[in-house]
Amino acid sequence: MRPFGLLLLQAPGLEDSQAAWEPVLPGLIILLPLLGFAINGALALAAARKSADAVRAGREFDFFGNGRAVTHTLPTWVGPGVLLLAFLLTVVNFVGMLGAELHEPVIRSYWSWITTGDLNIAAAIQLDQLSMVMMMIITGVGFLIHVFSVGYMQNDPGYPRYFAYLNLFIFFMLVLVMGASYPIMFIGWEGVGLCSYLLIGFWFSDEEKASAGKKAFIVNRIGDLGFLLAIFLLYLVFQRVDYAGIFGDAESVFVYGGPVITTVTLFFLLAAVGKSAQIPLHIWLPDAMAGPTPVSALIHAATMVTAGVYLVVRSSVLFALAPLSSAVVAGIGVLTALFAATVALRQQDIKKVLAYSTVSQLGFMFLGVGVGAYTAGIFHLMTHAFFKALLFLGAGAVIHSIQHALHHSNKDWDAQDMRNMGGLRAYMPITWIAMWLATLAIAGIWPFAGFFSKDEIIWMTGAMAGAENAPYAGLYTVYWVLALATAMLTAFYMTRLMVMTFHGRNRTGATGAEHLHEAPKTMWIPLAILATLSVFGGWINVTTDLRESVLGGFGALPMGEWLHHWLEPVTEAAHRVQEAHLGELAHAAPLGGGEVAWGLISTVAALAVVLVTARLLGRKEVPVAVEDAEPTGLSRILFNKWYVDEFYHRWVVDPVLTTSRVLWRIVDTRIIDGAVNLVGNAARAIGWLGSLLQTGQVNTYAFFFTLGVLVILAMIGF
Amino acid sequence: MLAESLVLAGLIFVIGTLGVIVRRNAVIMFLCIELQLNAVNLTFVAFSRYVGIEGQVFVFFVMAVAAAEAAVGLAIIISIFRHYETVNVDSFTRLKW
Repeated sequence: MRPFGLLLLQAPGLEDSQAAWEPVLPGLIILLPLLGFAINGALALAAARKSADAVRAGREFDFFGNGRAVTHTLPTWVGPGVLLLAFLLTVVNFVGMLGAELHEPVIRSYWSWITTGDLNIAAAIQLDQLSMVMMMIITGVGFLIHVFSVGYMQNDPGYPRYFAYLNLFIFFMLVLVMGASYPIMFIGWEGVGLCSYLLIGFWFSDEEKASAGKKAFIVNRIGDLGFLLAIFLLYLVFQRVDYAGIFGDAESVFVYGGPVITTVTLFFLLAAVGKSAQIPLHIWLPDAMAGPTPVSALIHAATMVTAGVYLVVRSSVLFALAPLSSAVVAGIGVLTALFAATVALRQQDIKKVLAYSTVSQLGFMFLGVGVGAYTAGIFHLMTHAFFKALLFLGAGAVIHSIQHALHHSNKDWDAQDMRNMGGLRAYMPITWIAMWLATLAIAGIWPFAGFFSKDEIIWMTGAMAGAENAPYAGLYTVYWVLALATAMLTAFYMTRLMVMTFHGRNRTGATGAEHLHEAPKTMWIPLAILATLSVFGGWINVTTDLRESVLGGFGALPMGEWLHHWLEPVTEAAHRVQEAHLGELAHAAPLGGGEVAWGLISTVAALAVVLVTARLLGRKEVPVAVEDAEPTGLSRILFNKWYVDEFYHRWVVDPVLTTSRVLWRIVDTRIIDGAVNLVGNAARAIGWLGSLLQTGQVNTYAFFFTLGVLVILAMIGF
Repeated sequence: MLAESLVLAGLIFVIGTLGVIVRRNAVIMFLCIELQLNAVNLTFVAFSRYVGIEGQVFVFFVMAVAAAEAAVGLAIIISIFRHYETVNVDSFTRLKW
């Protein structure tokens, strides 16, 4: 490691002739959030102790009194502060990597973590183009959300605890993306799951929120099982578990489409499905909205839930070798995208709409990485991080404001129900504009970020369907149609959200409306930055065809396929495998027409959906939640999320509970406890029998003594 | 001679053993133990005629130990008698479970 004083850019390759580029303090990027966690954690404990002391003394802890320096000011600086430092350090490294022609990942080993038999796992981090993109998103978006949280959480008694958890989350997320082997990634994988649980149940005194945290944790366990099994299988095959060792030999060790590689990748898929909330393990994510809204933005939209996509891209060469698994990935992705989009159509809770929208967009990313468009998957992951974080933070600002209004008009309405909002445009103009930009981005309207990333995924699906040796060409055609349809649904439900929230008549009532307000500066500045990224973020990966057409201003858009070239060292092995086995991809969609034509069609169609929806819904008078009629027919099914939760409850949770009860009442208390008690009682009975021999009469003892001597003599003598 | 001596010694030893087992009086039991010891002494003496002088030497040791044992044992019996006012061993059950 270089000394701390050298936090400056280094000319690459000055000292180490082996590596083309020397990273600047990469370990510190991970350690900074951990340091923040330690400090904020200590402050949280101090605050908790003071509060407990106050309660014991019969007083109430005055959160805004003398303790404010500890419980508020310090976390405000430490929490976002360490993130800012980590972000700056990441930028320094990013710029350094930009300047270097790096083809191999840079691996830094710190110590030997597990050494047993022929297994040797080093505590090592890996910096390559993929982890760098993820680190930029995590620390960059993470920092903005930390800043937003300062405003959003300022009146919460758990303020220092909140920042402790948030810092810890960033630490684990960085471990996840920077680890140089699957076990290291698994630490991060489990760690972010833990933080997700802690933050969903952040307001744990509300039992519903606490059990939402448990649900997320338990559902994720199912996926984690797949992760472990995949690691074990890889170890059996390679005798090692680090990326460099596995990916280097994968092409020669595995048979294309063979059973082992298919099993490994399907196990990885199970893990990814759990973490990224895909069908059938998507049920935890909408409930995860019980956490504070910035947490939903950071963990359950921008970063943690995309870990599954990262896992697939990281293992891209493995997935490319298993066409069946890839088809399953894409299938799960497109089905999830469609399914979640339909549910989002009829949700009334603003965060539930966004949650299902997140599930749906994650489905798009899975579709992308499933059809082998790994870059497009990461690209959509990135643009989604921008606009979905923005949407969630905007929703947070809205909820904050509505809560305020409802509080002052003494209504106990649901502050997250969009039927209780309306007309906020006049009160919160900045939030309004920012959220419209994000909506246009997610709806896939040119030239916003979402258009380029989503369009590339859909286009690649179509191209896969028409590839020379596409293994499941018909299936991919279906995927392509479903993806296009889902894109239209996206445009509809997002416009519905915007219209119900910001347009029409304000439904909070006159007393409440007086108290509606724009978000404070710490909240709207992150919104503005994210809005900028949502507009321009898509320009970093415009395909050449699009760029040279009218959609790219005939070559006027800067950067071109930058992300594609940037990630090339990571994905080239996978692309090599695909090219060898699939042949050339199609240059036309299944229904004919090129990339530009379909790009135009989809953006025009999405824009039409937005305009028509806005016009139709804008006229409709929305009743407030308490006066609204129960939904009927299909919208009732959609409102109840296709009854998936009920299905699981009936067929999974209840049988498990019943079985547990049988195991408890009969197997445990009767059979197992019975056996243990039997042994105990038997020992006691034998002891009692033996004690009868102790008569206390010396003659008896003498008799047995003599008898014994005679027996021994008999044995020796005869 | 040896056979007769050994039969006599065996008889005395069995009488002593049975006495220890069946009698309840501590003094009688004590006497029976002495009988057993002396039966062994007789065996030693009988064998020493054929084997060597060592057997007779052993007898002196046994008599010395028996004398010491008699002193200690009788002292115990007397002190127990003072406590219980009986020498019937059936009565001495305080240490029984």
